[in-house]
Amino acid sequence: MPAVTETIDTVQSVTEGAYKWGFQTDIEMDFAPKGLNEDIVRFISKKKNEPEWLLEWRLKAFALWKKMEEPRWAAVSYPPIDYQDAYYYAAPKEGPKSLDEVDPELLRTYEKLGIPLKEQAWLAGVSPQQEGGEGRSMPIAVDAVFDSVSVATTFKERLAKDGIIFCPISEAVQDHPDLVRQYLGSVVPQGDNFYAALNSAVFTDGSFVYIPKGVRCPMELSTYFRINAKSTGQFERTLIIADAGSHVSYLEGCTAPMRDENQLHAAVVELVALDDATIKYSTVQNWYPGDAEGRGGIYNFVTKRAQCRGARSKVSWTQVETGSAITWKYPSCILLGDDSVGEFYSVAITNNRQQADTGTKMIHLGKRTTSTIVSKGISAGRGQNTYRGLVRIAPAASAARNFTQCDSLLIGDQCGAHTVPYIENRCISAKVEHEATTSRIAEDQLFYCRSRGLTQEDAVGLIVNGFCREVLKELPMEFAVEAQKLLQISLEGSVG
Amino acid sequence: MTMLKIEGLTAEVDGKPILQGIDLEIPLGELHAIMGPNGSGKSTLSYVLAGREGYEVTGGSATFAGQDLLAMEPEQRAAAGLFLAFQYPVELPGVGNANFLRTALNALRRSRGESDLDAMQFLKLARERMRALHMPEDMLKRGVNVGFSGGEKKRNEVLQMALLGPRMAILDETDSGLDIDALRIVADGVNALRGPEFSALVITHYQRLLDYIVPDRVHVLIGGRIVKSGGPELAQELEASGYASVQAAA
Amino acid sequence: MNAMVQSGAEGFLHRFEGLRARLPGARLPWLAALREGAAEAFRVQGFPTRRQEAWKYTDLRPVAEAGFDEPLTMLDEGLALPPGHGTARAVFVDGRFRAELSTLEGIGFAVSGLAAALPGLEGRLGALAHPQGQPLAALNTMLFEDGLVVTVPAGIAGGMLDLVSVATETERPAAFHPRHLIRLEAGASLTIIETATGPEGARYLHNPVFEIEVAEGATLVHARLQQEAPRAFQLATVYASVAAGGTYDNFTLNAGGRLVRNEIHTTLTGPKAACHMNGAQLLGAGQHADTTTFLDHAAPDCASRQTYKTVLAGKSRGVFQGKILVRQVAQRTDGYQMNQALLLSPEAEIDSKPQLEIYADDVKCSHGATVGELDAEQLFYLRTRGIPEARARSMLVEAFLTEAVEGVNDAGARSALQAAVTGWWEKQAEAAA
Repeated sequence: MPAVTETIDTVQSVTEGAYKWGFQTDIEMDFAPKGLNEDIVRFISKKKNEPEWLLEWRLKAFALWKKMEEPRWAAVSYPPIDYQDAYYYAAPKEGPKSLDEVDPELLRTYEKLGIPLKEQAWLAGVSPQQEGGEGRSMPIAVDAVFDSVSVATTFKERLAKDGIIFCPISEAVQDHPDLVRQYLGSVVPQGDNFYAALNSAVFTDGSFVYIPKGVRCPMELSTYFRINAKSTGQFERTLIIADAGSHVSYLEGCTAPMRDENQLHAAVVELVALDDATIKYSTVQNWYPGDAEGRGGIYNFVTKRAQCRGARSKVSWTQVETGSAITWKYPSCILLGDDSVGEFYSVAITNNRQQADTGTKMIHLGKRTTSTIVSKGISAGRGQNTYRGLVRIAPAASAARNFTQCDSLLIGDQCGAHTVPYIENRCISAKVEHEATTSRIAEDQLFYCRSRGLTQEDAVGLIVNGFCREVLKELPMEFAVEAQKLLQISLEGSVG
Repeated sequence: MTMLKIEGLTAEVDGKPILQGIDLEIPLGELHAIMGPNGSGKSTLSYVLAGREGYEVTGGSATFAGQDLLAMEPEQRAAAGLFLAFQYPVELPGVGNANFLRTALNALRRSRGESDLDAMQFLKLARERMRALHMPEDMLKRGVNVGFSGGEKKRNEVLQMALLGPRMAILDETDSGLDIDALRIVADGVNALRGPEFSALVITHYQRLLDYIVPDRVHVLIGGRIVKSGGPELAQELEASGYASVQAAA
Repeated sequence: MNAMVQSGAEGFLHRFEGLRARLPGARLPWLAALREGAAEAFRVQGFPTRRQEAWKYTDLRPVAEAGFDEPLTMLDEGLALPPGHGTARAVFVDGRFRAELSTLEGIGFAVSGLAAALPGLEGRLGALAHPQGQPLAALNTMLFEDGLVVTVPAGIAGGMLDLVSVATETERPAAFHPRHLIRLEAGASLTIIETATGPEGARYLHNPVFEIEVAEGATLVHARLQQEAPRAFQLATVYASVAAGGTYDNFTLNAGGRLVRNEIHTTLTGPKAACHMNGAQLLGAGQHADTTTFLDHAAPDCASRQTYKTVLAGKSRGVFQGKILVRQVAQRTDGYQMNQALLLSPEAEIDSKPQLEIYADDVKCSHGATVGELDAEQLFYLRTRGIPEARARSMLVEAFLTEAVEGVNDAGARSALQAAVTGWWEKQAEAAA
C-alpha cells in the first residue's frame, strides 16, 4: 500500500528531529542543593520570603507526599523517577526589578521562542497577519517563567487600571496575601494526588490572576514556561480567580531544551469562577518530546482543575498537546453552581515513543449543569495515546447534560490509540451521550486531495487539520496559528 | 352545538407569557383556520389544547363538547375525540408503526366501549386508509416516523387521523415542508373527513394550504391574541397585504 | 463438624480442603493438578475488591461475607422446570446434571454431564478459562462438580438445545459452580437457550464458567436468560474462542438475582470470525447487575457488534464495562459497541465504562454510550394518540430494548428473549400498581 506507507513517512519526516525550541540559554544560575527534603522546602520558602503560613502549608504537603505512592493506573510506562536526583530550585542570579532590567540574554531567548516580552503587539514571526489572519492582532500580556522563577510580566500597569491582578504568584503572596490564602489549594488540595502534593511542597513560581467583579479582561493573558537548566524540575502553580460577572481568556505555552535526560514538570493549575464568570484556558504544550528512540524529553505530570463555583459560571479548557515524552493530565471541571458549564477541547499527538494519557473529569453537582468534551487523539510512530475521562452526575444535578466525542486517528501500525471513558450517573433526569471512533486517514481521501493537485504532505496536513478542526477553532487566533504549525501541517485552505 | 370553546385562555412557557387571552368558538361541523406570523403562539395553542407538559395554563378555560378540556390527561383528550397533527411528528425508534397504530386505535375503541380489532382486521383497515393516502405499505413495518421524509411524516399524521376518526382535529402547520403533491394528498385526507360531525382547526403560516382545505372561518393570531376574524377571503387578504397591515389595524 | 459455615474466600478454600478427595475426577492427576493450581490462585487473589479496576463498580462483599454450604437437593417433587424452547433439554438441579429430567434422545451430536465425561477432557477443560488473574474462574475450577459437555461434529446443524439450571435449596445458602464445555466443530451450528431460575427466598450462589470453542465456519447462538431467585447471586464467566469464519452470538438477559455479574471474554482467533454480544439488564429494587465484556480481536478481517441495554427501576444499580482490544495483526477490524441505559427511578444508578485499546491502524472501531430517562416528547406523542400513560411507557421501554433483542440471529432465541422481557415488564408494572 504505497499511499499509506507514504503517509507514514510524511508524518515521520515532519515530526522527527524538527524540535526548533531545543536550544539552551547560558546564564548564571542560582541552584538549591540537589535533592528533596524538608530543608529544600524551607530553602524555597525562604528564597521567596514567604510568610509563615505558606511555609507550614508547604511542609504539610511535603509530609503528605512522603506517604503517597506514584499513580500507576495511567497507560504509560517509564523507569522509576529518582526524586532525589534533581534540582528543585533554579533561577537566574540577577532577579529583574522591572521590564527594562531583564537580562538581555533572557530577552534574546524569548525573542528566539517568539514570545513578546516587550509591550507591543505579538511580535513573533508567526503574527496572524502573515498567516492570512484578519485584522490587527490584540496585545497579549505575558508572564515569562524561566525554570523556577518569573523573569518578566508585561502589561501589569495597563491591567491594573481595570483592577486586574496579573503577576507571578510569588509576588501575589507578598502583595495580595489574603486572596492567595483564600484560594490557594481550594480547588486542588495539597494531598489531592502524588504530583499535586509534590508541587504544593516545592512550587517555585507561576502566574496569579484576579479579575474583579464585572470586568472583561481587555487582552489575552498568557504565561510562557521555559525549562532551561539541566537536571531541574519545574513546579509552577497557577491560580486564576474570576470574580462575579468577569471574563478572562488565558493562554499558556511551554518549551524546553533537547537533552538526553528526562525532566519533570509537575504543575498545578487552579481556576475559580464565581457567578456568571467565564474563564477560557488554552494550552499549547510543546515540551521537548525526546528523540526518535525515546531518549530524553519532559515528563509532563500536571494537575489542572477548575471549580465553577457560581451560578451560570463557565470554564472552557482547550489544549493542544504535541510535546513531552509522557503526558499525564486531566484538566477538569467541578460544576458546583447551578447552570454552570464545563468544556474540554483537546488535541493530543504522540509520535516516535511519546506517550499521552490525557482527558478530563466533569463532575456535575449543580442543577442544569452542562459539559462538552471533544477529544482528538493522533498516534504515529510508536506513540501511545489514551483518552481517559470521567463524567459523574450527582443525584442533585437534575437535568444535567453531557456530550462527549472522542476520536482517534492512527498513522502506521506500530502505534496505539485507547479510549477509557467512565460514566457514572445517579440522576434520573440527566442525559449523557458518549461517542468514540477510531480510524486512519482513508486512502480515498488522500487520493481525492492529490488528484486535486495537493502534495502528499499537504494532503495529510489538510486531513489531520480537518480532524482537529473542532478543537483548533476553540483556540484564540494567535494560538491557533502556532498550534497548527505545531501539528506540522500545511495551512493552506484549512485555517478554521 | 359547539365543539370547542375557548374563553380568555392565557398560558406561559418557562415563565414567559405566550397566550394573552384567546377567545375562540368552533361549532360542530365547521373547519376554522388560525393564521399568524412566527412566534405569535400558534403552536403553543395547539400544545395547550392537547395537554403538553411545560405549557402552563394561567387563566381562562377551554371546553370540548361541553367537557373541561384543560382538566384532562392527553390520552383522555384523545379518547374524547381530539386529535393533534404535530408540526414535527416525533420519532419513536423501536416502536413499529403497525403496533403503534393498533395500540392507539384499540385504546380509543375501548374508551368508546368497542371491542379490540385483531391483527387481521387492523391490517385490512390500515391498508385501505394507506392506499387512499398513497402511502407505501412497508411504512407499517418501520419504526414510527423513523427515517421518514418530511412528507412521509405528515402523511403518517393524516393516516393516524383517518384511522382514529376524531371528532375534531388540530393540524399544526401540517403544510410546512410539503411539496405540492404531498400537500394535495394531505388536503384530500382532511377533506375526506369533513362533514357535519367533524370539526377542525387548521393552523398555518401561509394561505397555500387553505386553497385546498377551504375554511369556514379564518382567525388571525398575533402576539398571543386573536386580532381579527373573518371568512375564507381573509386568508387571501393576508396573503396580499401581509400580517403587518392587520397588526397595524388592530 | 462445625455447624457454623465459614464465610468468604476461606470458606471456599476450607470446603475445597474437605472435599478434594471426593470431588469428581479426584483421581485424575491432570485434574487434581488443575484444581490445586486454581486453589492456590484463589488463595492468593481471594474475592476481587473494588480496588481492582475490573471490579471498580461491583462490590462482591455481599458474596464474600456470606457463608455457603454444599447444596442438599431434596425431593424433586414439585420441582418447577421452566418451559422449554426446543425438543432437546439438559437439566441441572443445584448445579448437578440430571439425566432423568433431561431429554437428549435423537439429537445428532454428543451431550453429556461433565462429571461422567471427565476422563476424556484432559487438555479441553481449562483450555480457555485460566485461574490466574480470574478469581471467579479459579473458584469454579477449584470446586466444580458437574456441567454440560457438548460436541457438535463438523457440518452438523445441531438445532436448539435448552440448558436449564434450577436451584432448590431454600433452607441454607448453597453454592454451586458448574463448568460447561461447548465445542462446535468446523461448519457445525447450534442454538443454546440457557435458563437459570430458583425459588423465591433462596439465597444461593451460582458460579458457572463456560468454555466455548467455535471452529472454522461454525455458528453458535448462545442466549442466556438469567432469572435467578431475587436473593440469589449469579457470577457467570464465559470464555469463547472463535476460529476463522466462525460466529459466536451471545445474548444475556439479566433479570433476576440480587447481585449479578455477566462476564464474557471472546477471542476472535481466525480471519473473518464474527462475534455479536447483546444483552439487556432489567433491574428493580435492590438489584445490582454488571455486564463486563472483553472482546479480543486477534486476527484480521473480523467483525464484532455489541449492543447492551439497561433499564433501571427502583433503587437498583446497573454496570456496563466493555473493552475492545484490537491487536496489531487484526487489520481491517470492524468493531462496534453501544451501551444505553434508561432510568425509570430517581434512586437508580448506572455506571458505564466502554473502552477501546487499539494497536492496528486499518480499523473501524467505535463505541457509544447514552444515559437518560424516558423521552417526554415521545411519551406525550403516544398519549395524544389516546394510549394511556402506563401503556405508553411500556411501549417505549420495549422499544428501547428492541434493538438489543433484534441483534439475535435466531428466531427461536429471539422470541424466548422477547417473552422474558415482556414478562419482566409486566411484573414491574404489577409491582408499581
